[in-house]
Amino acid sequence: MVHWTAEEKQLISSLWGRVNVEECGAEALARLLIVYPWTQRFFDNFGNLSSPTAILGNPKVRAHGKKVLTSFGEAIKNLDNLKGTYSKLSELHCDKLHVDPENFRLLGDILVIVLATHFTKDFTPACQATWQKLVGLVAHALARKYH
Amino acid sequence: MVLSPADKSNVKAAFGKIGGQAEEYGAEALERMFAAYPQTKTYFPHFDLGKGSAQVKGHGKKVAAALVEAANHIDDIAGALSKLSDLHAQKLRVDPVNFKLLGQCFLVVVACHNPALLTPEVHASLDKFLCAVGTVLTAKYR
Repeated sequence: MVHWTAEEKQLISSLWGRVNVEECGAEALARLLIVYPWTQRFFDNFGNLSSPTAILGNPKVRAHGKKVLTSFGEAIKNLDNLKGTYSKLSELHCDKLHVDPENFRLLGDILVIVLATHFTKDFTPACQATWQKLVGLVAHALARKYH
Repeated sequence: MVLSPADKSNVKAAFGKIGGQAEEYGAEALERMFAAYPQTKTYFPHFDLGKGSAQVKGHGKKVAAALVEAANHIDDIAGALSKLSDLHAQKLRVDPVNFKLLGQCFLVVVACHNPALLTPEVHASLDKFLCAVGTVLTAKYR
């Protein structure tokens, strides 16, 4: 059973309230594909991923990034039940999408960096620690139904 | 993994822009690592890890100096960090997984202080560079 302090919940919700989910999601996914190019293996049908510029401008990347981060928003509304929130998505990522859970960890770390670039000095060490905890737990929840 | 000419150029330019702040960045990266990954504190039972610790600042300086040295000798990181590599293998024996954690925190520090510097391309190059440094430091472990 995950325990969140009041401070952690505050650090998550106050930051999340200021996040542009579409922009942030698009940027996080784009950076994942740029910084860890092997992750492109899941997106053969996304069209042009041939350069950072192409990836950043790719409308399918943007759309999918928005979808992914929107789902993150659901987790934030249900911090005390991440397992339940991600149960079906976990099955989907295992059975249909065949995504190695390591990729969830990679995306989580990238998201933290994207948040850092947006929030700069507001992204204090305590803030980062809380968000690293969150992305770690989301990755864990998404991997939970794998078999 | 191999650093391309573009990677090397990105890394050198990045450290050029970071300049004298590298020492602060090193200290802050450590502070963030201890906060986000408390298990890393196990390597520093002899340190005061409280806020503003002089020991953490001092150690951050050392870490930053090594990164700067590696960036300045980016064509031969193994040569530049050979002594540090020996030290980590024979004495410090920091588990390899921890270099990734420190690397993540270093990138976050750059992102916080200099977001414009961390374009996706530079992010990729720096990440590769930090991986390469970690690989060198653990290369003689066994």
